[in-house]
Order: sequence, then structure tokens, then C-alpha cells
Amino acid sequence: MSNSHEVNSEAGPQGPQGARMTGAQSLITSLESAGVEVVFGIPGGAILPAYDPMMDSTKIRHILVRHEQGAGHAAEGYASATGRVGVCMATSGPGATNLVTPIADAYMDSVPMVAITGQVPSAAIGTDAFQEADIRGITMPITKHSFLITDPSEISHAIAQAFHLASTGRPGPVLVDIAKDALQADTTFVWPDSIDLPGYNPRTRPHSKQIREAAKLILSSRQPVLYVGGGVIRGNATASLRTLAELTGIPVVTTLMARGAFPDSHTQHLGMPGMHGTVAAVGALQKADLLITLGARFDDRVTGKLSTFAPNAAVIHADIDPAEIGKNREADIPIVGDVGEVIPELIAAIKAEIELGNIGDYAGWWKELNRMRETYPLGYDLPTDGTLSPQYVIERLGKISGPESIYAAGVGQHQMWAAQFIGYEFPGTWLNSGGAGTMGYAVPAAMGAKVGCPDKTVWAIDGDGCFQMTNQELATCTINEIPIKVALINNSSLGMVRQWQTLFYNERYSNTDLQSHRFPDFVKLAEAYGAHGLQCDNPESVDSTIEKAMSLNDAPVVIDFVVHRDAMVWPMVAAGTSNDEILYARSIAPDWGSDD
Amino acid sequence: MTRHTLSVLVQDQPGVLARVASLFSRRGFNIESLAVGPTEVPDISRMTIVVNVDRLPLEQVTKQLNKLINVLKIVELEADSSVQREILLVKVKADFDSRSHILETVQLFRAKVVDVAQDTITIEATGAHDKLQALLSMLEPFGIRELVQSGMVAMGRGSRSISDRSARSTEKTT
Repeated sequence: MSNSHEVNSEAGPQGPQGARMTGAQSLITSLESAGVEVVFGIPGGAILPAYDPMMDSTKIRHILVRHEQGAGHAAEGYASATGRVGVCMATSGPGATNLVTPIADAYMDSVPMVAITGQVPSAAIGTDAFQEADIRGITMPITKHSFLITDPSEISHAIAQAFHLASTGRPGPVLVDIAKDALQADTTFVWPDSIDLPGYNPRTRPHSKQIREAAKLILSSRQPVLYVGGGVIRGNATASLRTLAELTGIPVVTTLMARGAFPDSHTQHLGMPGMHGTVAAVGALQKADLLITLGARFDDRVTGKLSTFAPNAAVIHADIDPAEIGKNREADIPIVGDVGEVIPELIAAIKAEIELGNIGDYAGWWKELNRMRETYPLGYDLPTDGTLSPQYVIERLGKISGPESIYAAGVGQHQMWAAQFIGYEFPGTWLNSGGAGTMGYAVPAAMGAKVGCPDKTVWAIDGDGCFQMTNQELATCTINEIPIKVALINNSSLGMVRQWQTLFYNERYSNTDLQSHRFPDFVKLAEAYGAHGLQCDNPESVDSTIEKAMSLNDAPVVIDFVVHRDAMVWPMVAAGTSNDEILYARSIAPDWGSDD
Repeated sequence: MTRHTLSVLVQDQPGVLARVASLFSRRGFNIESLAVGPTEVPDISRMTIVVNVDRLPLEQVTKQLNKLINVLKIVELEADSSVQREILLVKVKADFDSRSHILETVQLFRAKVVDVAQDTITIEATGAHDKLQALLSMLEPFGIRELVQSGMVAMGRGSRSISDRSARSTEKTT
């Protein structure tokens, strides 16, 4: 096997090889060569040289955001919706540290992203110079890799490597920090034709023996579940997942990161597992005799108390990152590989077994699962006082806007309801901050998604807490003609925290009342940003308000849905407890049936 | 928990030590000793890392180490199939009465006297961890004024080299 990789260049060298230019021109030419079409960023002192040639680029659209966090989440939203590498840019010091949250977010959710930061001139590095921060050091634990470039001739190589690292193997964020003098100095532009990273060789091809063993185990199991994680979306394996599911007839659960990996309308889909998963999905994992884990990582929000998770299940664990296998739950059949290659090979191996007469029988299992699914469907109670139910709003939004739309959520109750009550049919239509749980993700992520997919309707489903963390990007959206739509689920509270206070802190609501039914006036706020501001506070006008928002495409739209604040997310597995303790609604435990 | 010795080949690039060290601390492992230096291959450094950890977490930290882009290869060296050495310098109180006893101990451990002053002797010793600990416990009664120890370095026994399959090989073994 060779050490060098093909350059993952969509455009190829966009400047004459060997041409003399500044480091800054080399950076822009390199970004063009990597196929970049959009950069989200804000200039500042140290990155300033890069912004001069940026102005001349006809290939790269730079979108001037209002806060670097917005740039980072926009790059994430762009990447998650399109599958391409998202790019954000900031200056040194505070510009760079403002990117830390989205970088950490991208790391947790394996989002392919390249962050470019300016650094103080190399002679000033280490002197506590103005706007100096060791961003390479700061981001070491939250990036796939980070570069500090002080030699202009290294810029093109670092950019080529950064795009290769971000987009291959397990995707993730890569930071390239470039000293100002390296941007200013003259250099010779060379776009590398191969990548020299001897310590980086992600294994994508699974071991065939493991595949054969997995196929046998799958067909001999009686209560298997396809436990599908976000890796199936990142790995573009959703079509083959469907083939595998339909070939075997095995039930599917999709984690928060995998919503859209398998159609919600499919009869084999039991929904989302985890803390706020469906009873059927949680119950299926708990009672399974085999977990076929594809690009998932046994996150604590899925497993609940780990020692009691899926106690009777053997585990097949396929992941491109070997460090995920055996990290939380030991795997009986570990498969290191890209799910995009693993699943087709698994399909072939299972077909071969079936031809030998080895046929799976899951009829009894389905009987039990169907009973769970029918007895404990997802649902919610409507408020009795005529006020608006947040779940109803989100459910109607999903119905009216439909599965072709893209939905980006913030973090909290509205995120869980959006994961539960919108029917996802396609990958890349559900964007959220799953691992890091970053409030403020929705608006900038929706902006990035809309830039990447201008023909799609893109909704930010946000809470009033989240929205107030990053709503300044509405200005960016209006000015740059990025007409996103925001469904603000305004319960006047930090709702999820409030829910925990209701359940675990004797209804003592310490510092969760945002009073956002009073301030700010979200309609006026939207209008101040040049967006359309709408408000809805009763169930009768939900549909008409959503339809009105759907008809407005000349500017962003914000709908302030004034909703009931006591609504809670159900079902729920309390943090740290066993999935067996799932509550269907407050104080209502499901009946697991008599056969345990 | 048991002691494990990892030999890690890394690209000699700025920040690589920080990456490795911070990875251990982030994942909650204490590095007992760490030594780093050049190898027979230019631009490749070798770290010898000793950690006290159970088998399963060790596997996890090794996998995480493998994910660092600058890490080329990781090999665990077992005590009985490798040569493991630390170096120690110790300044011991020595008066007229104790000096000859100290020198006997030095001989016994095949250590060396590298400096003598009116009331101290400075001893250099090389050896495996346990041998040096034994030497120290013998010297302790005389009074230790100052002590410095290196991290352990280790190499597999036999004719094979850690970089046999070329240190720039595409495979990481663990």
C-alpha cells in the first residue's frame, strides 16, 4: 500500500503551478483548487492579507457573518446538508477563539470542516502580542488535526492536507492557522498532486471474515435490531442500509444523528432510541439478542446506564473509527470500515447465506415490537387552556413543509420534538448539534444549509433561549439573500432545563425563566433585521401562519410561536438510569409484556 | 492496574509532544514516565511512554493515539522481551564513616560515582526500573540530598527493528 493519497481536489490546481504569488494568494488559489465555493467568515488584523485576494476570487463566495460562531455553524450546516467540506475563516485571538464552539461541535458530530485562522506574525508568536491566542494548541483536543503555518510555501500543502483529512475517514474539523507574515511573503504556488500523510490511513474496507461471521450471526439471531448512527449519513450509505433492512426484514432504529438515514414512513422503522426515544425503539434495543451497530457510538444518551443497556444482546459494531469499537460497549464482531463499503459487503454475504438456505426468522420478534409500537406511539397532550402546544406546531410544520425541506434545530425541548414529530425521509434533511448540544446552532446552520441547497426550503426550528444566542445572523441572511425560515418555539423558558427542574428539583425554577413572552419582541426583532416577522399564539392559525411563511421567499421569515411553557418531552429515560426505567409520560412506565 | 511500556514513533514536528501528552491527560491517564528522542530515521522521533493502566483502557488510549496524524506506529514492549532502561543521578550524604559503605553499594549495583564533594557523593546508575528502586532504597538510610531520574527508554530484544516495516509504513500495528 502506498503512503500517498490522491489529492481530494474537486477543482484541481486553479493557479499555474510554479507561479509566483503571495502566501495570501496561494491560500485563496488553494481553496479554489480544493473546490471551495463558499467561505463564511469575518476579517481582522492577522487574516487581513487573505481578504485582499479573496475579493478578486470569482469562484469563492465569501459570506460576511456577524459573529465567528455563526461562521463555524454555517460551515457545519453547509457541510451537513451537502456532504461537502464547510469552510470558515476568522482572524487571530478572539476571532479564532469564537470558532472554538463550532469546531468542538463539528468534532463531536464528525462534520467535515476546515477552519482557517490568521495568526500574529511569526516573530510575535509567543510574546502575548495583540490578538494572539494559541489556537492550534487550544483546538488540539477538538480537531482531527491542526496546523500552524509560518512558511508561505507550506500553505498550499496544508490546505490540501486539511481538506483530505476533513473529508476522508471519519470526517471532522481541521484547523489551519497561518501567521500573518506567511500570508504577506512571496512564494511559489504548487498544488500537490498527492498527499503525504504517512500516519494517516483510514481503513475503509472491512475484513471479509468479520463480514461472513456477522452475516451468520444476523441470520441465526431471533431478536436483532439495526442500530443506525450518524455515520450512515456521513458515509452516504443510506440506500444500501435500506436494501439491507428490506433484505433481512430486521427492525431499524435511527439515533438523533441518524434521523433521515432510513425513512420514517418505512414500516420497519421503530423510530429514535435513547433518552427521548420511542418506547418501541428503546424497548427493541433492551430486548434485542443482537445489535447490528452501523456508524453509531453507544453514546450515553442512547444507552442510558451502560451496564444495563441491551443486556442480552451480542454486538456487531461497524465503524470507520477503530477507537469507537469497544470504547463503551464491547463488540462481539468488530468491523473496522466505512459503512458505505461494510453494508454492501454484508448484503452480499447475507444473500450467500440465504442461498444456502440459512434464512432469518424474526416473526415472533416483530409481534412483540408491533405490540410495543401500537401500545406506546409517540404522542402528546394538548394544553386544556387553549394555548398552543409546541409539539403540535412542530408536527404541523413537518406536515406542511414536507420531507423535502431541511430542518435545523437548536438544542433542547424543541430539538427533541423536531426529532420526534417531523417525518424524515431523506439524509441531510435533519441538522442538529447532537454530541456537543450547542445552543445557538440552528440559525447559522440553517443559513449554511440554504447557501448549499438554495432550492430547498430550510427551516431553523429554534427555542427562544437558543435563538437569542445567534440570531444576529439574520442580518447576514437578509443582506446576502439567504431566505431561511425560523420557527421560534417560544415557551419563554430554557425549556429542557425547566423540565429537569420540574422532574428532579421540586419545581424550583432557578434561572430558567427567560420572560421572552415579554422581551424581546421577536416580530419587531425580525423586522429590524429586514426579515418578515409573524406571530402565532393559537392552534387555529398555526397552519395559515406556516403557509404564509412558506409563501415569503424574498427575505428570511421568523414565526414567533408563543407556546405553552409546561409541555414536556416524553418518553424519557432520566440521566444515569437504565433504559428499562423509561417513562412513557410522567409517572407512566410502559408494560414490557409478560415474557421477561 | 499494571505497568505498560509503549514505544511510539512520531513525525518530528512542532506540537507532537503536546498532542501525545494532552491526549493522555484528556482521557484520564497518568503518564508515569516519558522519554523522547531521535531515531535512526531522520525526522522521526521515538517516545517511550510508561503508563499504569488496565488492559481495556490501554487499548482505548492506544487507539486514540493512533488517530493522531503525526503518530506513525505504536508497539507495546513487554518487560521480558525487551531491554528497558532508566538513568538516575543521586546525591547522597557521605561523611567519613559512611563513605565506604556507600561505595560498596555503588559497586554492588554496578553504578558509578560521578562527583565527590566534602560531604556528598553523586552516583550515576543505569538499569531497569526495579533495580534503580532497589539501589535507592539501599541509599536512603545515608540521606538523599538530591535525586533526578530520566524517563524509561526501551527496545525490543532480538534482531528485528521497530522500523523494520519502515517507520513510514502505512500500517499502525496496534
